[in-house]
Amino acid sequence: MFLQDADALAATVPDGALLALPPDNSLPSVALARALVRRGAKRLRLLGVPVSGFATDLLIGAGCVAEVETSAVSLGEAGFAPRFTAALKAGAITVRDATCPAIHTMLQAAEKGVPFMPLRGIIGSDILANRPDWQVIQNPFSETEDRIVLLPAKSPDVAAIHGVMADDEGNVWVGRRRELATLAHASRRVLVTVERRVPGSMLEDERLAPGCISATYIEAIAVAERGAHPVALLDEYGFDAAHVTEYARLAKTEAGFREYLDRFVFAPRAQAAE
Amino acid sequence: MSIQPEERLAATLARLILDPAAPPARHIAVGAASPIPAAACWLLRKQGHPVRLSLLHKRSGNPFTEGSRELFDLTGQGRIDLFFLGGGQIDGQANINLVGTGEWPGTGVRFPGSFGSAFMYFMTPRTILFREEHSPRVLVQRVDNVSAPGVSPPGVFRRGTAQALVTGRCVFRFHPDRARFALESVHPGESVQSIRAATGFDFDVADAVPETPDPTDAELALLRGPVCDEMLETYPEFCARVFGRKQAA
Repeated sequence: MFLQDADALAATVPDGALLALPPDNSLPSVALARALVRRGAKRLRLLGVPVSGFATDLLIGAGCVAEVETSAVSLGEAGFAPRFTAALKAGAITVRDATCPAIHTMLQAAEKGVPFMPLRGIIGSDILANRPDWQVIQNPFSETEDRIVLLPAKSPDVAAIHGVMADDEGNVWVGRRRELATLAHASRRVLVTVERRVPGSMLEDERLAPGCISATYIEAIAVAERGAHPVALLDEYGFDAAHVTEYARLAKTEAGFREYLDRFVFAPRAQAAE
Repeated sequence: MSIQPEERLAATLARLILDPAAPPARHIAVGAASPIPAAACWLLRKQGHPVRLSLLHKRSGNPFTEGSRELFDLTGQGRIDLFFLGGGQIDGQANINLVGTGEWPGTGVRFPGSFGSAFMYFMTPRTILFREEHSPRVLVQRVDNVSAPGVSPPGVFRRGTAQALVTGRCVFRFHPDRARFALESVHPGESVQSIRAATGFDFDVADAVPETPDPTDAELALLRGPVCDEMLETYPEFCARVFGRKQAA
């Protein structure tokens, strides 16, 4: 189903939803994050797949977020994420730290429809000590002592992805970023913005089909040109370091962050640019 | 042109990677914020060593076709031989803290987070810990929070741990049997005393500690030429600062 724009997608995301966002190098829908800020979404629980970047900091700064589960939050070369750090310090958000492969594994369990999956490592990390939802068991197949972590399946309420293109049938091309397919398979709803719409079905093209997320998993799509900006989109456009550096400078203070929102999120021209 | 500290560190890391006493390094993965480890790996390649490099976050030359999960699946199988880790804090037992200081989850100074360290440190046959800043606030007696432990008890599967810790002042070798670092060499201008003063944890010292050797002329020529060529796209600022090279417009 094609909707008018990212704001129409954002209108379908309920307050309090568990919203999964890929990191800055892997096709997050920043356009949808901006639309959620405009809609004034509340109490979102964000999941970084497996880490978090610009869109997460933006949503936190705008007061849309109650909780973040992630393996790291950073603005890449622009440094630490200022609104995330401020909200953590102020106790305004709950932070549930994880480690990258654990998040992949929890989504893979959901994708397979099994209640949990094991993962090596982690034992002795304080991450585990702070995750009452993770368990350690003896490997039932080993005759010697072999403790291993069990992770519960995780199904996000909504996944927000920015693809390169969508076809008439609603298939979305994300190239080699195959962890997005796992995310789509694991999520209850998938909302996608894309650079452009193409005719026909990409699944009929053997060269494009392996880079697609099938329409089976996708609830709604909207065209949002430069919808990943200021982060990169594969070979379509690069990371806008100047923009993110400017964001990082402004977002050091609440007032600066508000100025950023006014200029780049709420301004009519910013909406038109999407 | 005088030897830059980064050039010395890259050459030092390259020699550690080739250490014949360590497990072989056929496939090395290098994270995003790691220009000096990346330079060390490229130096090996340009010296003709047949090492496979997976440079994470580099768009061109990215070997993965299954997304970011593939690195962890490869590592889980034991197909990544060597990884680099850093830490906001690193302690004398090679525990690393990427979460933050103070109470969990970093109520003092919050760092970005643990990334894949709680998995990679266990599942890679060897890890080189690398942190340029060598000060008592980074190298601490005991980390405030453990992102990934340096050693594990029996009954916890672990392929390896830290081989060494390389800083802007020295090289420490890690001895997992006694969970302690030993000072292996000091960079020019440093001494055992200056290292002790800058280090929050206790470590072992042999009777004579050598100076970390300079990069050879051949190593410097490779670093400033073909290694820099490979790194310009991903690390333009680093190449300009260290090698004095600007990317063509």
